[in-house]
Amino acid sequence: MQITVLVLILALLTVIGFQMGRTRAAASVGGRVVELHSVPSYHGFYVALWAGLPALFLFVLWTASEGWLVMQMVLASLPSRLTTGDTQSLSLLKADILNIAHGISTGRESDPDVAAAAKHYNALHAISGWSLLVIGSSLAALGLAYGRQHIGPDLRARNRVERVVSIALIVCSMVAILTTVGIVLSLLFEALRFFSAVSPLEFLFGTHWSPQMAMRADQVGSSGSFGAIPLFAGTLLITVIAMVVAVPIGLMSAIYMSEYANPTVRTWLKPILEILAGIPTVVYGFFAALTMAPFVRTMGQNLGLDVSSESALSAGIVMGVMIIPFVSSLSDDVINAVPQSLRDGSYGLGATKSETIRQVVLPAALPGIVAAVMLAVSRAIGETMIVTMAAGLTANLTANPLEAVTTVTTQIATLLVGDQEFDSPKTLSAFGLGLVLFLVTLSLNMVALRVVQKYREKYD
Amino acid sequence: MSVHTQTHTGAPAAARSAPAVPNKMIARDVKVFYGAKQALKGINVEIQENKVLALIGPSGCGKSTFLRCLNRMNDTIENCRVEGLIALDGEDIYGRSIDAVQLRARVGMVFQKPNPFPKSIYDNIAYGPRIHGMASGRDELDEVVEKSLQRAGLWNEVKDRLREPGTGLSGGQQQRLCIARAIAVSPEVILMDEPCSALDPIATAHIEELIDELRENFTIVIVTHNMQQAARVSQKTAFFHLGDMVECDDTEEIFTNPRDERTQGYITGRYG
Repeated sequence: MQITVLVLILALLTVIGFQMGRTRAAASVGGRVVELHSVPSYHGFYVALWAGLPALFLFVLWTASEGWLVMQMVLASLPSRLTTGDTQSLSLLKADILNIAHGISTGRESDPDVAAAAKHYNALHAISGWSLLVIGSSLAALGLAYGRQHIGPDLRARNRVERVVSIALIVCSMVAILTTVGIVLSLLFEALRFFSAVSPLEFLFGTHWSPQMAMRADQVGSSGSFGAIPLFAGTLLITVIAMVVAVPIGLMSAIYMSEYANPTVRTWLKPILEILAGIPTVVYGFFAALTMAPFVRTMGQNLGLDVSSESALSAGIVMGVMIIPFVSSLSDDVINAVPQSLRDGSYGLGATKSETIRQVVLPAALPGIVAAVMLAVSRAIGETMIVTMAAGLTANLTANPLEAVTTVTTQIATLLVGDQEFDSPKTLSAFGLGLVLFLVTLSLNMVALRVVQKYREKYD
Repeated sequence: MSVHTQTHTGAPAAARSAPAVPNKMIARDVKVFYGAKQALKGINVEIQENKVLALIGPSGCGKSTFLRCLNRMNDTIENCRVEGLIALDGEDIYGRSIDAVQLRARVGMVFQKPNPFPKSIYDNIAYGPRIHGMASGRDELDEVVEKSLQRAGLWNEVKDRLREPGTGLSGGQQQRLCIARAIAVSPEVILMDEPCSALDPIATAHIEELIDELRENFTIVIVTHNMQQAARVSQKTAFFHLGDMVECDDTEEIFTNPRDERTQGYITGRYG
């Protein structure tokens, strides 16, 4: 409740600050706005920022640290017999206090001291809320007054406001970067835990994948093995099949769209092709499992081949179809970026259209096409759903596309589905796989970016 | 078709120039439309063999459009329509029996901006001969490349770096590379669309010398904005204005004694 009120007050003060800044700036030069260093609206933003920003910072800091501070105060007031336990019992105690404070039944008789602590917690929490409201609003009011006082013809309001804006932009870009760093770090730490249980050598070069761990020593199948080679091989097999489908079809359709199709056809065809990219992969997945796989099996049987009902081939083909728009759309852009002057030069020498395309346009566009294919490969490697549904979960080490295989991503998904214990190598192996996957796609993307950069240098 | 014998009735000056020189190409009442917009309003020009014809005129007057009609480069532009007759050696180039691709091997083109292919210097030159199957075997191709580069005056500068990319040359060298590329397919006519406008004065002087030498073996049509250049390199000059060919005569005649007021105004720099 207090938070809503505070947000409303802040919004109100910011708007008031904007109006105030604008009118005061205009008034300070008697309405001759040209005499101001910055136009009045910048003065408005200047005051509004003074009113809003400091209070916003306080708000963020306060809400971030409040829970911890209040809990520390509550714990400090508890008798020491409750707080001297180890870390686990301490966090259990904290959870109890929070549950009682929020009125959730813990399901057992609660210690009167804990109940008192919960009450204390609620009281402190309420106090904290009200003081945030009061301090926040006064800070906003103070900021507003301070900003307003500085308004004058010489105030470089534009420069100050733009500085704040540029900082805000930096912060936004930092969010994406920090998220990436966070994800990589969490992946890395969990993977390290996994590698402390299973040797990296066995993981990277072992040929048997059977990720299970015994709960008891005498259990059947008590030993798991974590050789990930079958997964890497399966991923490679499916990726290769997908690329064999996607690259020629995508590239040819890109050539058709950019060189042969007339503009009307092109304006229709390109969006339609891009719709393929918008279909959720799970839809492709059941297309692969229910339509493609039986089709492939029937075809195989007609040819006298033994095809399993979940085959790498059907998953790979459907994945290839999914990737076609990637290849075609990116290649189309790249081919269009080849300067018309090169085509003219070739035509001017008496080359035909196909000679021009094969010998001038495609070589000139090659770096970009390579980059497009690289991006498509990393997309194929990362794809999960189609394989899960169509290629099965059996970790076969085979090069036969008619057998069931499994991929790295599929295994990660199955390892983490449902309730899992996070201290067993079985679950942790998902992070090991994730790390490998991440490194592979990262390096592919980096190579692709480098190639694209090189390409740009050439034609700008 | 015996277009050779047709005389241009509208230009008595043509009679004064040496009648012995045969016409390599002629244009009769050429009209070009881009969609509904008419870019050329009936052009009549003779292009004489082994001479340089300069097309001058203010921007947007249709010089380049006309030039691009001569080897059917306008075919690659959509909604472009060409009417009238253009003949090469007496044969209608828009006729049924002529294929645009074969025509362009006979009427080569050099563009405003140097546009070397992203290939090696050698492959740039060898591109045309290769696609036309003009050289059988490696040695013959080497010879064509060397001869073309020599004729374009580029051989001494690049003979040690034939395997390096053509895009790494300087602007003037690139343009000479493009000229070498054009002459490698042994065309009969070379069209040049402001070939020096992207070059510095020294490179320009190089190209102008080259054009003068090439005249021996080729017929050249050059579009230029530079009046001095037209005066230096051409024997014939045609002045275009707003889609019309105002006058076409010996270069000396045009620059010293223009008959039309508009020509006079343009060459003395009053407009354009």
